[in-house]
Amino acid sequence: MHTKSLTELAADLASGAVSSTELTQAYLDRIAALDSQYNSFITTTPEIALAQAKAADEARAAGQAGTYTGLPIAHKDLFCTEGVRTSCGSKMLDNFESPYDATVVAKFKAAGAVMLGKTNMDEFAMGSSNESSFYGASRNPWDTNRVPGGSSGGSAAAVAARLTPAATGSDTGGSIRQPAALCGITGIKPTYGRVSRYGMVAYASSLDQGGPMAQSAEDCALMLNVMAGFDKMDSTSSQRDVEDYSAKLNDSISGLRIGVPKEYMSDDLDPLIAERVQAGIKELEKLGATVKEISLPRTRMSIPAYYIIAPAEASSNLSRFDGVRYGHRCENPKDLMDLYTRTRKEGFGAEVKRRIMVGTYALCAGYYDAYYNKAQQIRRLIQQDFLAAFNEVDLILGPTTPHPAFKIGEKNNDPVSMYMEDIFTLSLNLAGLPGMSVPCGTVEGLPVGMQLIGNYFDEARLLNVAHQFQQVTDWHKQTPAGI
Amino acid sequence: MSLDQSDVERIAYLARLAIDEQDIPQYTENLSSILQLVDEMQAIDTTGVEPLAHPLDGEQRLRVDEVSEMNQREQLQSVAPATEEGLFLVPKVIE
Repeated sequence: MHTKSLTELAADLASGAVSSTELTQAYLDRIAALDSQYNSFITTTPEIALAQAKAADEARAAGQAGTYTGLPIAHKDLFCTEGVRTSCGSKMLDNFESPYDATVVAKFKAAGAVMLGKTNMDEFAMGSSNESSFYGASRNPWDTNRVPGGSSGGSAAAVAARLTPAATGSDTGGSIRQPAALCGITGIKPTYGRVSRYGMVAYASSLDQGGPMAQSAEDCALMLNVMAGFDKMDSTSSQRDVEDYSAKLNDSISGLRIGVPKEYMSDDLDPLIAERVQAGIKELEKLGATVKEISLPRTRMSIPAYYIIAPAEASSNLSRFDGVRYGHRCENPKDLMDLYTRTRKEGFGAEVKRRIMVGTYALCAGYYDAYYNKAQQIRRLIQQDFLAAFNEVDLILGPTTPHPAFKIGEKNNDPVSMYMEDIFTLSLNLAGLPGMSVPCGTVEGLPVGMQLIGNYFDEARLLNVAHQFQQVTDWHKQTPAGI
Repeated sequence: MSLDQSDVERIAYLARLAIDEQDIPQYTENLSSILQLVDEMQAIDTTGVEPLAHPLDGEQRLRVDEVSEMNQREQLQSVAPATEEGLFLVPKVIE
């Protein structure tokens, strides 16, 4: 049962082949038995899950079931969950039981979903490896000596190990797509503003976006149908109408114009990943797509621009963690300054402190123009590159990451080399565009992903193309040995 | 741009982060290498380019100025480290 997709499980629930209670118990048992190998959950919520499963079965018996009723989900631990610890992977929030639900969480509750627990992540979503989690790194189910990617690494590992059929993630610079690629699952970062940020602990507010992580594009569509939509509680939420993301999955992609940026198929890319992505492109050509080379000349500049904008916004957002209103507070502060500085020293880990300090520096009087303003100008140029490309093509395609999953400990002493891993994902967040990662092969037994990039609000097209690809390939169905 | 010890101490003060003396060299090195990376931006000519703050150039939505939320003080303060009579407690600020 655990290898079934969300869509298959939805059908089983609808036909009565299985009850939500049976399904939920099976996943809870798997998590209890296996997660010590992966450390993909920070908190499990068996009592809530079984109560929600019972309610879902009752709703179904009463003829009130929707598509998502009774289906399990795990939430990345930065989505606030009422009465349940929401740690954000940080000691700072280790004692924080949110007094309210994030909009995404509330929407899944309203749709009848069953919450299995909260997944591991890089502290405050700052990282590409999950190693900055206060709760220890989550491990990649394909090779537990390797990272699952980050920051939504726990969500990716849990789906890859089939401990949950679906999980939420968030993506500020690649945090859905990169772990999805490294763990061999499918994930989509929607257009900025498509999914509400309310109750999603903020990292960099102009880049943050929540999204689905699951086995397939079809499953992600099912989730996005629940997650997407306007929310008055999020000041940057889009008021545009939401499509039915499942409706166009089976459309033909004949005539689709795909652009492959030459800057993505470059020396930065592992040649074996390049081969797998090329093979993926061939499959799409067989389905009738046309492919041409395009250029996104400012790709390299997304790294410095991101590593100013994100830390600058983080330094501002994380100023709220001061030991006064919630979260960690140091013992016996001697005065207010001591309360602030010691609480923050004790509560934050090394990478979070580094980013707060970089951001603080970039926003200092005298440096603002040279750093923050300059980065925002480059951000405009990066957006212009994409918009020019979308005049010629319908969709952009390339690798998600330059390398497969690296070893735990391999890069964590050198922040800059870790940052370089984000080269293909950062620019979408800067431009606010939707993107997804789809499994397209393995390199030495490790999964790799290809990235599909769409124009604004073109999620349905991305999901359609990915679904058509997954009809003729089975990379998304492959699991680590023994799963 | 590379930083020295006094820069790191000043940034830490502004960020309200206490740091141990022994960690300063590591911070200095890490922050300098990050700043070196971001200095690559200076190679790009951005004369006359309008900064992009919101990916969709969205504008701040306004709402009608009327009461829309109920008082949830008790619920929201239930997670506070120290409160008294609905107030957050901090160390004495004024002697």
